Amino acid sequence: MPEVDGRWMADMKRPRTPDNEEPAAERACDFRPVDKGFTEEMAIAEASRCLRCNKPLCVQGCPVNINIPAFITQLYNREFGAALDIIRESSMLPAICGRVCPQENQCEGKCVRGRKGEPVAIGQLERFLGDRPELASMPHMAPKNGKKVAVIGSGPSGITCAGELARNGFDVTVFEAFMTGGGVLVYGIPEFRLPKAVVKREIDGLQEMGVKFEYNSVMGRLADAEELLNEKGFDAIYVATGAGLPKFLNIPGENLPNVFFANEYLTRVNLMKANRFPEYDTPTKRGKNVVVFGGGNVAMDAVRTAKRLGAERAIIAYRRTEAEMPCRKAELHHAKAEGVEVMPLVAPLEFLAGEDGNVCGVRVQKMELGEPDSSGRRRPVPIEGAIEEIACDVAISAIGTNANPFAKLIGGMELNKWGYIIADEETGQTTNPKIWAGGDIVTGAATVILAMGAGKKAAADITAKLAG
Amino acid sequence: MFKILQKTQFSEKVFKFRIEAPEMAKHAHAGQFLMVRANEYGERVPFTFADWNAEDGWVEFIFMVIGKTTTMLSGYEAGDCLQDVVGPLGTPTEMGEGKWVVIGGGVGLAIAFPVARQLVATGHEVHAIMGARTKELLLLEDQFRSILPEDHVHITTDDGSYGEKGVVTAPLERLLESGAADHVFCVGPVPMMKFSTLTAQKFNTPIIASLNPIMVDGTGMCGCCRVEIDGQTKFACVDGPDFDATKVDWDDLRARQAAYRTEEGQSLKAYEEANCACQK
Repeated sequence: MPEVDGRWMADMKRPRTPDNEEPAAERACDFRPVDKGFTEEMAIAEASRCLRCNKPLCVQGCPVNINIPAFITQLYNREFGAALDIIRESSMLPAICGRVCPQENQCEGKCVRGRKGEPVAIGQLERFLGDRPELASMPHMAPKNGKKVAVIGSGPSGITCAGELARNGFDVTVFEAFMTGGGVLVYGIPEFRLPKAVVKREIDGLQEMGVKFEYNSVMGRLADAEELLNEKGFDAIYVATGAGLPKFLNIPGENLPNVFFANEYLTRVNLMKANRFPEYDTPTKRGKNVVVFGGGNVAMDAVRTAKRLGAERAIIAYRRTEAEMPCRKAELHHAKAEGVEVMPLVAPLEFLAGEDGNVCGVRVQKMELGEPDSSGRRRPVPIEGAIEEIACDVAISAIGTNANPFAKLIGGMELNKWGYIIADEETGQTTNPKIWAGGDIVTGAATVILAMGAGKKAAADITAKLAG
Repeated sequence: MFKILQKTQFSEKVFKFRIEAPEMAKHAHAGQFLMVRANEYGERVPFTFADWNAEDGWVEFIFMVIGKTTTMLSGYEAGDCLQDVVGPLGTPTEMGEGKWVVIGGGVGLAIAFPVARQLVATGHEVHAIMGARTKELLLLEDQFRSILPEDHVHITTDDGSYGEKGVVTAPLERLLESGAADHVFCVGPVPMMKFSTLTAQKFNTPIIASLNPIMVDGTGMCGCCRVEIDGQTKFACVDGPDFDATKVDWDDLRARQAAYRTEEGQSLKAYEEANCACQK
């Protein structure tokens, strides 16, 4: 039906294809992936909704400018391999970005169909293709150029840079502090949102391309930039250590037992598999009443993890309202469907200790929305005297991160006053001509796609400067 | 995989592993630590370097059998491999000019020894106070004696089974009174560190404590090891493990160390039961 007299006619009557979700009541009991992804028929049907705009705004909305109408066209024609090749010209990690990108603020936010209805489910279509990597053409591999690059960190930025460089003929070694690759994709994002097998597939792919991985390697302690360049024979370094260090609430009781930073709460489960304690040795706390402070994706991941660990009451406490939450809409929607309670307009004042010395509650200040602040969002203002107590046996703060301290120890390049690396926005080059950097350690906590984009840009610049 | 080159048993429950780790050995400093994950199911456990040799490419750590992981590790032999060993982590001990008293309590002696050795090697005069509950638990006496003059090694046991009966603060007080120290370093159980600190403060002598909270990642990412220093939250894994002992909130440290006691017991019990079943 979309082709009429050889001209493309989008299916304007078709509503947006709903996500293929596991039933909320069942999935909230375990860590299975929540979203099963589109079937082939669902994907084709959804692709028929695309207008194939001449000046596609979705492409502008994409941080790495994927040619979205072109890949959707190929997908509609069931040329899945060709469709995937189009995505891979711009993005190395479609299976991951299709799952974790905030599409409503990017491609789908700009989609013309969204003006009078629902935008095309671009993220789902990207993921549909990303999950069929065997269909993509074998990437062209440049002949070996004899140059060695060290990539520090195996998160989205590091692995993207490593893949691009390997393809361009470099001898690439990735140094990873943990025992497994993927960075925030494995320790931060839970299995139910991003299966670890998807990340492993990307890492395995890089290894097949000849990228070496050195795990358990904390750069800055095991070797610094100078040693990598002068003794170990690397010609360049790409630093992608991520943000890392949790921000503090700086309120009394923050260090009580069973008050967690989200990083610890998530790492115990995602990386160390504490949900399977004592089969796995690392324990965690299975709270009955869990309160999470924050409104971003990390807060959503933490509260949904708490639910899966058996919480009877799992609360998202946020100082503004749902409308201002920076998380992906899908995450909030999933969380609520799974029984998570949203408590808007509260800010924590103090964690309270019970008789056993562990946290037993938190005093919160009720807020109201005032004038918009510099971010354009209405500023939360305390309502005088409106103070309440929430009972809890586990409390989690998910209010963001500061710079990772290892950038300084790696050395050889300038950092700004907050400890982030100073790097050129276009090239990723730092103040040292042999060191490039990108991802959260340059920008502060941001998205997977931006980190990936930075890795790609840096790889292009390293290639131009070292092998051009 | 990291190969165990040598296993040494000091007493019924105290062992030392020498691990093949050439890069780590080149970059290790006194006061730093490594983290071990014994196998795929393992937890990440921090151990301070007991010794290392850059030329031969090994590092050593000492452990006491307490919970599941250390029980399991005690069954490993030379030639076996540990799944993951990561390090060096943490900030090296700062060794100021002057005379030092190094105090180690219990398994903390394994951490105190490399600090004492490094101080001696860099020309400091060092007294060591070695404390243990009972004679069997006193570690590394020969090693301490091999680097220090006889009258610079002071031993206390809680039960009086060896050395002086009592706790480490008695010899510490005498040494400080006689002006034998410009700096004190202490590592061991919280009460030992707390009272050593009070004693040092009485004489206005600076004192460093090496803290040992529970860790998960060990690289400053998770914040499990946070400690309160002078009212500020610090991470033992990257800001420490050494801190000005007079600024440490000991009650907070003790509470956080105990946070998983129930789970630790549960884990050990499950392990012991499973191992019994295997032997049948």
